[in-house]
Amino acid sequence: MNKTIITVVGKDTVGIIAKVCTYLAENNVNILDISQTIVQEYFNMMMIVDMSRLKKPFEIAAQEMSEIGEQLGVQVKCQREEIFDKMHRI
Amino acid sequence: MINISEVIETNKMIEQENLDVRTITMGISLLDCADGNLDRLCQNIYYKITKYARDLVRTGEDISKEFGIPIVNKRISITPISLVGGAACQTPADYVKIAKTLDRAAEELGVNFLGGYSAIVSKGMTHSDELLIRSIPQALAETKFICSSINVGSTKTGINMDAVRLMGEIIKETAEATKDNQSLGCAKLVVLCNAPDDNPFMAGAFHGVSEADAIINVGVSGPGVVKYALEQIRDANFEVLCETIKKTAFKITRVGQLVAQEASARLGVPFGIIDLSLAPTPAIGDSVADILKEIGLEQAGAPGTTAALALLNDQVKKGGVMASSYVGGLSGAFIPVSEDQGMIDAVDCGCLTIEKLEAMTCVCSVGLDMIAIPGDTPATTISGIIADEAAIGMVNQKTTAVRIIPAVGMKVGDNVEFGGLLGHAPIMPVNTFDCSRFVGRTGRIPAPIHSFKN
Repeated sequence: MNKTIITVVGKDTVGIIAKVCTYLAENNVNILDISQTIVQEYFNMMMIVDMSRLKKPFEIAAQEMSEIGEQLGVQVKCQREEIFDKMHRI
Repeated sequence: MINISEVIETNKMIEQENLDVRTITMGISLLDCADGNLDRLCQNIYYKITKYARDLVRTGEDISKEFGIPIVNKRISITPISLVGGAACQTPADYVKIAKTLDRAAEELGVNFLGGYSAIVSKGMTHSDELLIRSIPQALAETKFICSSINVGSTKTGINMDAVRLMGEIIKETAEATKDNQSLGCAKLVVLCNAPDDNPFMAGAFHGVSEADAIINVGVSGPGVVKYALEQIRDANFEVLCETIKKTAFKITRVGQLVAQEASARLGVPFGIIDLSLAPTPAIGDSVADILKEIGLEQAGAPGTTAALALLNDQVKKGGVMASSYVGGLSGAFIPVSEDQGMIDAVDCGCLTIEKLEAMTCVCSVGLDMIAIPGDTPATTISGIIADEAAIGMVNQKTTAVRIIPAVGMKVGDNVEFGGLLGHAPIMPVNTFDCSRFVGRTGRIPAPIHSFKN
């Protein structure tokens, strides 16, 4: 398992989850969990995904997802889970 | 499993509160490079550094991308050069040749700085130490990436006043040698007391003789994160204040620990220490002075500043220690003037003086750091300032340092601009009464007694 956290932040619009999920499906990335919330009128979504079957380098996938985000006018970030785990769990 | 509010909190720290890992520093021992022939010595040094640190910058960038955390600097620290160059160097110019070799290696690797153009002379100076020290003005004027540090005292040995006197002159010469560049050389030269062997922060980083062949040390940062956390509990009592700083320091340090372990594993170099420091930058909102203001002071330098800083420094350590398996380096809040917009503001409005900064150095990391003073300040006065700071370190068993810039041609009211992380500094007034008869005495100040503490 290679857990990665994908976050999407920005103005809510039609098709954000669809676009991101389509990309993940095309690249063999399995979604483990999705949650979303609105913070200060901004759409915040977090996905926990497994990237162990990803065929391309992590940074390329992160870059491509960031570009999808730009097309939708939202910010998409891909980060390995450990940074959150280390900071919030003892 | 991690929840969305935790993810939002971490990313907010990074995006809005300037959380970053300040530096990954690879320490490399050059003791096995020593050779009696200068050309061979330079070859050995260049080869070893470029071989060991070949992947340092790329690894830092990879980790930064994968975890989404900025890693601002990738640096190298080396064995104090006076220990390596002794057999080969007969003149200060010979040492400058080593400095240029180190500079080429740093440029080739793409690192931000290379520290260790250093000598440890806390009790006495060898001929080699003195040659290195005398080469510093030219070495810093003719290189871009080299940082130099001289340890002039320690709790165990006392203070080498001959070295203190010499360093006052060397700082003046370095300012003069780099006067076309705002006396920038002095920003890369620090005089220390009780220098640690494993400090990852510049300009005082060197790879001490107690260290292994190579090591990864990481310096964390995050004054903005602490300030934001304190804004949420404004006017709470001291218990809540201290708990909040501890919890925040814990979170910041855990990120540093993660980055250090990843870098160590990927580079195949053992993990040394995390330096638990609040290191400011000139960016707005990345200021230690702003934390002091949030604690309740109108400006840094107001009465209460020393107590507030003591509290901050101690809580950062208490929170950080548990977050990391090994802690070392300087570990504490840094209070450089030019690198912290809040400190600059405090100086500009007349609230913060060198004397108050000196008091602050008694309770926090390092010392009189990045302070610009009038260019006509005599060398003996600079030596007096160094001696005062070294005495604080010696007696209180802590690291202290002086990184002071007598900016050539500038006077109080002027402003010196270094750019980048080094920032800019208003010229601060210096006490103009004379200390040359004190500094002129030769020999050393004996080590202090360790009993009868008062």
